[in-house]
Amino acid sequence: MLKLSLASQLIHFGAALLLLTAFAMLTQRRVLSLVNLFAWQGLILSVSTAVVAYSSVQHHLYVSAALSLLLKVILLPLILRRLLKRLNVRWDNETLLSVPTTMLVGIVLVVFAFSLAQPIAELSTSIARSTLGIALAVVMLSFLMMITRRKAVSQVIGFLAMENGLFFAATSATYGMPMVVELGVALDVLVGTLILGVFFFQIREQFDSLDLQHLEQLKED
Amino acid sequence: MALWCLLLIPFLGALVLGLFGARRLAPEFNVAFSFSTFVTSLVLTAQVIREGSFLVGREQFFVDPFNVFLVALTAFVGWTTSMFSRPYMRIEEHHGRVNRARLRLYHSMYQLFSFTMLLALLTNNLGILWVAMEAATLTTVLLVSLYRTAASIEAAWKYFILCGVGIAQALFGTILLYFAAEKVLGAEGSTALLWTHLNAIKGQLEPTVLTLAFVFLLVGYGTKVGLAPLHNWLPDAHAEGPTPISAVLSGLLLNVALYAVVRCKVLVEGATQSGLASHLMMGFGLLSVLLAAFFLLRQKDIKRLFGYSSIEHMGIITFAFGMGGPVANFAALLHMTVHSLTKSAIFFTVGHACQKAGTQVMDDIRGLLLVSPTVGWGLLLGTLAILGMPPFGVFTSEFLVITTAMRDQPWATPILLLALAVAFGAIFHRVQSMVFGATDLKPLPHPPALLPVFVHLGLVLMLGIYIPPTLANWYRLAAAMIG
Repeated sequence: MLKLSLASQLIHFGAALLLLTAFAMLTQRRVLSLVNLFAWQGLILSVSTAVVAYSSVQHHLYVSAALSLLLKVILLPLILRRLLKRLNVRWDNETLLSVPTTMLVGIVLVVFAFSLAQPIAELSTSIARSTLGIALAVVMLSFLMMITRRKAVSQVIGFLAMENGLFFAATSATYGMPMVVELGVALDVLVGTLILGVFFFQIREQFDSLDLQHLEQLKED
Repeated sequence: MALWCLLLIPFLGALVLGLFGARRLAPEFNVAFSFSTFVTSLVLTAQVIREGSFLVGREQFFVDPFNVFLVALTAFVGWTTSMFSRPYMRIEEHHGRVNRARLRLYHSMYQLFSFTMLLALLTNNLGILWVAMEAATLTTVLLVSLYRTAASIEAAWKYFILCGVGIAQALFGTILLYFAAEKVLGAEGSTALLWTHLNAIKGQLEPTVLTLAFVFLLVGYGTKVGLAPLHNWLPDAHAEGPTPISAVLSGLLLNVALYAVVRCKVLVEGATQSGLASHLMMGFGLLSVLLAAFFLLRQKDIKRLFGYSSIEHMGIITFAFGMGGPVANFAALLHMTVHSLTKSAIFFTVGHACQKAGTQVMDDIRGLLLVSPTVGWGLLLGTLAILGMPPFGVFTSEFLVITTAMRDQPWATPILLLALAVAFGAIFHRVQSMVFGATDLKPLPHPPALLPVFVHLGLVLMLGIYIPPTLANWYRLAAAMIG
C-alpha cells in the first residue's frame, strides 16, 4: 500500500505543479518564457502520466507518456522557438486586464472548476481522482489566457495549454483514452500548430505585426 | 468493401492533387475524384437498403440509416460543388486572385475535407469522430485565407481559434463520456467509446456525468454547427473564403457537426431519462433562429447574408431534434437535406454574381436577370426555396416543424414564426433588388457551370411535392433511431 500512496502523492504533486504553471503562464509577459513554461507543463504531464501508468499497471499509458514527452516537451516548443526567432517576437506587453485582476479572475475560475468537478470526482475509481478539478481549472485558466492576450503566439500557447489540461483530465479520470484516439488527437495538435505557424507568416506579411488588434475589422456595424 | 473505397478515394484524391494539383487539368481530376466518391456512396447506400445496418473493421466503422443518408448527401453535394468550382476557380485565377500553387492547396484540401467529413460520419468511435471534426477545421482553415487579404486572414484566424476552443470543450465532453462508459464496459478492448456499445448500455450510464458531458459536447460541436451565441466565426468564414468553400461549409460541415450532437444526445437522453438535453437543444436552436433573423436585416455583404441564413436554418434543425419524436425528427432530417441542397445552390449563383459584379456588396449588384438569366433565375428561385415558399421542400419541413411545435411546445411557435417572417422580409427585399433592374455587370471569361444549381433546386422541388417511398422509409427509420 505504501507504493500506492507514494504514487498518488506524486500525482497530486504533479497536479499542483500543473496548476502553478497555468497561473505562471497567465502572468508571464515574455513570450519566450511562455514557451518554456509550456515545455515544463508538458514534462510534468508526461511524468505524472508515467506515474499513473506504473501504479495502475496500464501499459498503454507509457506510450502516451512518451508521446507527450516527444510532442509537448521537444517538438512543439522547438517549433514555437524557431517561429519566435524568425518572427522576432519578444514581449506581449499589452493585455486587456491588469495582472492582479487576471489573477483574481483566475482564482474564481479555480474555485468554480473544483465545485463543478466535485460530484464526478466522487465517482472515480482512479487513484488520481481528486485531480480532475485541477485539470478543469487548467483548461479554464488557459481559456482565460487566450481571452486576455493580444499577441497571436500567446493565444496559441494558451490553446496548447488547454489541450494539456484536457489530456491531464483524460489520464487522471480514466487512465487515458484508447490509443487510436490519443494518436489522432496528437496528430491534430501537431498539424494545427504547423498550420498556425503558416498563419503567423500570413498575418505578419499582411499587417507587419503579430498583434491581433489588427484583426478586428470584421464586425457587425 | 464500398465503405473502405469511400474513405480511400478522397484520401487518394488529396494525395494525387497534392502532388499534381497545380496542373491545368487539376479541376477535372477534382471532379472525377468527387464523382467516384459519390458513385461509391450510392453503392454503399444500396448495400444498406438491401442488408440493413452493419459494422466493419473490428466494429470501428458502422453504417445505419441515419449516417448513410448523410453520407450520400455529403458525397452528392461534394461532387456538384466540385463541378461548380471548376469554372469558378478558373475565373478567380483569370482575375488574379489565386495562383497555381494556391490552387494546388485548394484542390488537395478540398478532397481531404471530403475525407474528414466521411470519416466523421462513418466512424463508430466517438473519439475518432472528434479527431475527424477537428481535422475538418484544419483542412478548411487555410482555404478560408486562400485569397490572403486582410479580411480573409482575420476570418480564418477567428475560425481556427473559435472552433479550436469549441472543439476542445467537445473533447472534454468525450473524456467524461468515456469515463462514465468505462465503468460499465471496462477499459479493456477499448469498446467504451464505440457508439453501438454505448447505445446498448445507455440506461446504465451515470446520469450526473452524462449531463455534464452533454453540456460540454453541445457547446463544443455547437460551435461548429454555428449555434448562437457561438456563431461568430461562421459569417466571416463564409464571406471571406472562396465560394465553393462557403457552399461546402454551409451544406456539409454544419450538418456533420449537428450529426455529432444528435449522436451524443441519443446516449444522454437514454442515460438521464430527463428532458435536459432536449431543452438545451431547443433553447440553443431558438436563440440561433431569432438572433440570425435580426442580424439578417443589417447585412450588406451577400455571402454574409446567406451565412446568417445558414445559422437560422441550423437553429430550426437543432430545435426540431430537440423536440424529438418521430415527426419532428423526420422534419429535421428532411430539413437537413433540403437546406444543404438549396444553400449550396444559392452559393453557386452568388459566387458567379459576385464575380460579374466584382464585389460582394449587395448595393452594387444590380440586374442579374439582364446580364445572365440563368444566374438571376437560379438566385431568385433558390432564395424563394430557402425562404420556405411552397412548393419547395423547405416549406414541407418547416411546416412539419411548426405544426409539431404547436402541438408539443406551443410557447415556441410565435418565436419561430416571427423569426421566419423577419428572415423573409430581410432576404427577399435584398435579392429582389439584385435580380431585377438595370445593370452594369460584366460577362465572365469562362462559361459558368450552372447545371448543379438547377439539379439541386429540382431535387428540392421534388422533395416538396413527392418524397420517394424509399427515402421516406429511410428517414422514418433514422427518426425512430434518434428517438
